[in-house]
Amino acid sequence: MNALGRGFVTIAGVVAAWQIFVWVSGVAPFMLPGPWAVATTWFDNIGYLTEHAAITGAEILLGLGLGTGVGVISALAIISFAPARRWLMPALVVSQAVPVFALAPLLVLWLGYGMASKVTMAALIIYFPVATAFLDGLRRTEPDWLDLAQTMTGGRRPFAVLWHIRIPAALPGLASGLRVGAAVAPIGAVVGEWVGSGAGLGYVMLHANGRMQTDLMFAALATLAVLALATYFSVDWGLRRLIPWQIETAPSDRQSSGE
Amino acid sequence: MLDPTANPSARPRASGLGVRVSGGQLAFGGTPVFADFALDCAPGSFTCILGSSGVGKSSLLRMIAGLVPIFQGTVVASDGKPLSGRIAYMDQRDLLLPWLGALDNVMVGARLRGQPHDSERAAVLMAQVGLSDQLHKLPNQLSGGMRQRVALARTLMEDRPVVLMDEPFSAVDALTRMKLQELSARLLAGCTVIMVTHDPMEAARLGQCIHVLSGSPATLDDGLYPAGSGPRDLADPVVTKLHQTLLRKLGVALP
Repeated sequence: MNALGRGFVTIAGVVAAWQIFVWVSGVAPFMLPGPWAVATTWFDNIGYLTEHAAITGAEILLGLGLGTGVGVISALAIISFAPARRWLMPALVVSQAVPVFALAPLLVLWLGYGMASKVTMAALIIYFPVATAFLDGLRRTEPDWLDLAQTMTGGRRPFAVLWHIRIPAALPGLASGLRVGAAVAPIGAVVGEWVGSGAGLGYVMLHANGRMQTDLMFAALATLAVLALATYFSVDWGLRRLIPWQIETAPSDRQSSGE
Repeated sequence: MLDPTANPSARPRASGLGVRVSGGQLAFGGTPVFADFALDCAPGSFTCILGSSGVGKSSLLRMIAGLVPIFQGTVVASDGKPLSGRIAYMDQRDLLLPWLGALDNVMVGARLRGQPHDSERAAVLMAQVGLSDQLHKLPNQLSGGMRQRVALARTLMEDRPVVLMDEPFSAVDALTRMKLQELSARLLAGCTVIMVTHDPMEAARLGQCIHVLSGSPATLDDGLYPAGSGPRDLADPVVTKLHQTLLRKLGVALP
């Protein structure tokens, strides 16, 4: 059975256990609605949920773009210029020492209730894994490649070596950072929405919670999960296409090859 | 596959360039590797330097290539100018960039220098190393021997008067190694080649001048200067005799 099939079986099992628990325990629907009730609510509100999912999705994508862009530029500046190394490295570490969630109220205060504060929030969360992973990759270029480049250029073209050797060699590292970023980006967007917003899935959840519409809250949660998975897998797919030379090996692959 | 008479890569190289190392000093962590080291290679000669592992063979080539900043001493070309920019380097590892196809790897030097890519000449060189049908394969789609042949084409593409080779064929199987030795000797004709190796047979087949590097700090022996040039035939009695002499020099007891 392939990964998709196994994931489906696991989810179906959890949903079945959930439905059985709701039937057997007779728990009040406003505490825990059954999966069937959630599914019905989801279909009844599909337009409403899609509208807000589009906003959260846009925040995630813009946050990913912004966080990745700033992260990549930071890593390149740090590797290329000694002063940037001295001034940016501490900033990079400090940016992670302050819990980003604690900044959410401030961001909403400064940037307003609109998308800007959520995009910034997501970008802040993504920035650190992208910048550090790319920087690590840039630092660990195969020394023998650099020696070869040295004999070819006489050491006179450091930026050509950066562009043609260091950066491509660091792409697998950047990809690891981006995968982490894609996985945590939805958290940033939703936390931003919780603190203060008039739209987005985080807003829908908070609003539904306040009105005891627990089934709608679960429907929004399910939509968010689908959005987060779609983000992660599209980024992962894109990265594999971009870095076809990267050979992946996992020790467990050899043991479980008989399936 | 190979016709040395129709060899467009063997255009006259800047009339050969000798290499002279003198007063070479190098120490790693207080242990001297070289002290007052000297080496002299005639223009257009093929020099082989034999030695056991760890004696400093690779350090020697890296010194000549200008890759060891702590090295003290002088390395000059026979025209009195520094060697920088006039050497090509080939390592025992192919050092192909995994994201570039074979042909692009051959042209990587021009790419790094911002020069126009001469893809026609690169394709000719790929044909000379017998890989004209593998131009766009990524390195991980090629066998070890093929990758090393691409590395040889890349070295030739640089078209430098001095070529430094660090055990270039030690990582390939015996049959491929013999083919690569013949190929290199033909295609590098006219270049001043300094090759370090631990294989006495390789030195016996290829060297016009064969030194043994030994001791600590390491020094060169007077060297052997067999007649003619490589690639010598394996059955050639000169090769057999050289091989035995070299084994004795390396400390192998022969009957």
